[in-house]
Amino acid sequence: MSINQSGWRPTSPEQNTGTVPASVTGNKALMLEEALIFEIGDTHTTGVDFAAPSPRRGEGRGEGQPSDAAPGTTPHPTLSPEGRGLSRLGNLTRKAPIGLPGLSEPETVRHYTRLSRQNYGIDLGFFPLGSCTMKHNPRLNEKMARLPGFSDVHPLQPVDTVQGALEVIHQLAHWLVTLTGMTSVAMSPKAGAHGELCGILAIRAALEAKGEGARKIILVPESAHGTNPATAAFAGYSVEDIPATAEGRVDTAALKARLGPDVAGVMITNPNTCGLFERDMREISDAVHAAGGFVYCDGANFNAIVGRVRPGDLGIDAMHINLHKTFSTPHGGGGPGSGPVVFSEALTPYAPLPFVENQDGQFVLVEEETAGEHHAGSFGRMVAFHGQMGMFTRALTYILSHGADGLRQVSEDAVLNANYILRSLDDTLDAPFGPSGPCMHEALFSDTGLAAGFSTIDIAKGLIDEGFHPMTMYFPLVVHGAMLVEPTETESKAALDQFIAALRSVAERAKAGDPSLKTAPHFAPRARLDETLAARKPVLVWKDPAPLAQAAE
Amino acid sequence: MRYLPLTQPDREAMLAVIGASTIDDLFVDVPEAARLDGPVRDLPMHASEMAVERHMSALAKKNLTAGEAPFFLGCGAYKHHVPASVDHLIQRGEFLTAYTPYQPEIAQGTLQMLFEFQTQVARLLGTDVANASMYDGSTACWEAIVMARRITKRGRAILSSGLHPHYVSVANTMAKFTGDVLDTTAPELVADMDLDQLIAKIDDDTSCVVVQYPDILGRIADLRPLADACHAKKALLIAVVTEPVAMGAITSPGEMDADIVVGEGQSLGVGLQFGGPYVGLFGCKDKYVRQMPGRLCGETVDADGRRGFVLTLSTREQHIRREKATSNICTNSGLCALAFSIHMTLLGEAGLRQLAEVNHAGAVSAAERLSQIPGVELVNESFFNEFTLKLPVEARPVVRTLADRGILAGVSLGRLYPGQDALANGLVVAVTETTTAEDVETLASALQEILA
Repeated sequence: MSINQSGWRPTSPEQNTGTVPASVTGNKALMLEEALIFEIGDTHTTGVDFAAPSPRRGEGRGEGQPSDAAPGTTPHPTLSPEGRGLSRLGNLTRKAPIGLPGLSEPETVRHYTRLSRQNYGIDLGFFPLGSCTMKHNPRLNEKMARLPGFSDVHPLQPVDTVQGALEVIHQLAHWLVTLTGMTSVAMSPKAGAHGELCGILAIRAALEAKGEGARKIILVPESAHGTNPATAAFAGYSVEDIPATAEGRVDTAALKARLGPDVAGVMITNPNTCGLFERDMREISDAVHAAGGFVYCDGANFNAIVGRVRPGDLGIDAMHINLHKTFSTPHGGGGPGSGPVVFSEALTPYAPLPFVENQDGQFVLVEEETAGEHHAGSFGRMVAFHGQMGMFTRALTYILSHGADGLRQVSEDAVLNANYILRSLDDTLDAPFGPSGPCMHEALFSDTGLAAGFSTIDIAKGLIDEGFHPMTMYFPLVVHGAMLVEPTETESKAALDQFIAALRSVAERAKAGDPSLKTAPHFAPRARLDETLAARKPVLVWKDPAPLAQAAE
Repeated sequence: MRYLPLTQPDREAMLAVIGASTIDDLFVDVPEAARLDGPVRDLPMHASEMAVERHMSALAKKNLTAGEAPFFLGCGAYKHHVPASVDHLIQRGEFLTAYTPYQPEIAQGTLQMLFEFQTQVARLLGTDVANASMYDGSTACWEAIVMARRITKRGRAILSSGLHPHYVSVANTMAKFTGDVLDTTAPELVADMDLDQLIAKIDDDTSCVVVQYPDILGRIADLRPLADACHAKKALLIAVVTEPVAMGAITSPGEMDADIVVGEGQSLGVGLQFGGPYVGLFGCKDKYVRQMPGRLCGETVDADGRRGFVLTLSTREQHIRREKATSNICTNSGLCALAFSIHMTLLGEAGLRQLAEVNHAGAVSAAERLSQIPGVELVNESFFNEFTLKLPVEARPVVRTLADRGILAGVSLGRLYPGQDALANGLVVAVTETTTAEDVETLASALQEILA
């Protein structure tokens, strides 16, 4: 392994523009470059201490050896000197090096702290990614999830030693069922897309139980998340698209016309990805049920209606809830998520294992395939253990903080903020569905009207220079050059006004054809990155560079 | 409602800009019948931070934590010491509160970390490449089976009897809907893994053989003959690692020519957390990278020629390919991957090897001690930090009784394989660096007393 002990990696000299001197380190004051651990670490360094394999109790411990034992207790049992070579490793003792660099603790802290500073997070500023719902992550959630009673229990402990953990699941389940007006909830799906799969599998199990297994089609509106068709296909279904109307909603007439004995169900997102409420939801549900199918609702945008609308009242049979979106569990740079699925009465018998039941005050974990007759239809287990417990704790903490009244205020403020952005900018940016009525949780704009050669990406990169995370770009696909702005309820009016001013300014530059926008961002840790090169010549792992001498040959 | 910054005057001013007189005007598209006229009934109203903390703490106290008791549970989730700096670093807001790095210019922190994580995982598992993580080990295992079907165009997977029964359950659930045929059996309480039986089953319809390493009973075996047998029939070998610390002591599956290696990364940096969130590891040979599920980070350059990182090969993914995607997953376990990567960086190769050595030594010592108890038999010939004891009685009630004495003794096979009488006396015991000599002695004397 090539090792650079100093941790310093020479970089190409920076362009010396005007009176600003270049920096030899590549650093710029508080904006610090950071090499890879493979360049700054080596395979002998470690940032942790271990008791070296040492004599058994009663025998002496080597001078200066660190001890894992707390003062007053006996050190960890390790091999006796004569047994030191004793291995029960089945003749597979590792011989080859692994190639894993280590860093001391201070170097590790500095490495990851420096990396963190090259990231934008909701703690840093406005993060209006449409349909992603980036809201404030309360730190009480983090504190509660780290209570040892939740963080330090094993999923296979005897159930009477984990009654509190099961009660958390049970309480959260109660809130989810009540807020959605549904019958039951499966807690184990690990993310939204996993929840979609859970819902579709329950639909399929229900149909097969009724002898309706021949239904092989799932209808998916054009504006659906890409996960929806992928999910249906993964569960063994064929997917057929349903068009959107000119005002950005499902074409109800087209959907009804397609229903029939081959249709297993529909997957519909409500509020939808154009930011609109599907007004005909009840009518669609009734038609699908009349035709023998089931209704799956993608609940990614539940935050816009929580506390004001119960999906159960709209005739939905299954809906996943992204806990990280609606209930503020942090998304950590892309996960983990958590996607519990609520079910109607019709689908409840088919829900996956395991689940928690309260039997006379004792919480029971039903996790066996032979789970008793009223769960005999369960389609089985989706994950190894019981789901994202750490996320449940955070979500319940948040829910209890807000209460039923606070959650209602959440949806109201989220919708208010989105409409404020929509109406504040529809004189500058094209809002294709602006005339369709109020938006729900997100405002949708298009790139219509920009100067030739300018598109959504230029606006996005321009916003970076203004200190904002850009909105969602080019989604939904039904809108040309879509820009989907979701402010959420945790932004102040002042933050929105600043964003509106910034987006207005960037949009006006794009309309005027300002060439500096084509090369934005100018102030980010990196200029525009070459994504085509990354895909054409994939470099997915670090490889030790060839020794210099070899390279010179 | 301390998380909501809008004031009432703000709300009124904003409604005026919108041209609405009340908030209800913004919900006009919701049919009247579906609107709630007030907060959902039967649920409590908002509560102060102190009140919520009191409520949650009371619930937390109803659990017996691993740190409070002599603790020997494993079977896919392990108690290891996590250095304090890991949890400190993952709580930096720029990591904790970031989303998927869709804007790479302001997400280099997450992206560089993922590139480092992918490299660490590939090296640990012995594969050419690895992805940016999966939900957990069990779903990664299923995705690997689906990937093998895509590659081989065959739909019959052979699952080792030593594969975690929950992983088998997940695969069975999914197979019911995708039409894959799975060949599974329950393990027997014998010293060695079932490699010969697996080899005998491979035929021209086999897409893959899935083997856990070390397996559910803790056993280890050389996978090379199995890999050769798979490849002779153009099937893939999938290896499942549920205890990545073992890779510090034993040869990795990739080095033994496994085609896909998946794993559960919980052992490094991620706590027990009652089962999740965890972090699925997924590595494979270079030639299969475009068939891989999940997210990938790749190296590239920016407009100024500087090195940078982006999400890449997204043409495999759901948001591009929709129903033709390699998988429907649209996330990874980013924060858990970060914790894994930081812990691995702190350990380094030297630390990982020492950690593995301490784990193995402790397990050898505990196995010796526990198998001296009259009537108790050590099943394993080989093991890393987890082994199986055969008790003279059913293990499940013994575990129950020991829990009453404040000892979390291990995982009874009766819990994992309900209804399988031949396994009912099996107890899987895990020992890590957190297990003390006193813990082992406490378990040994209590077990001896109960069995007497």
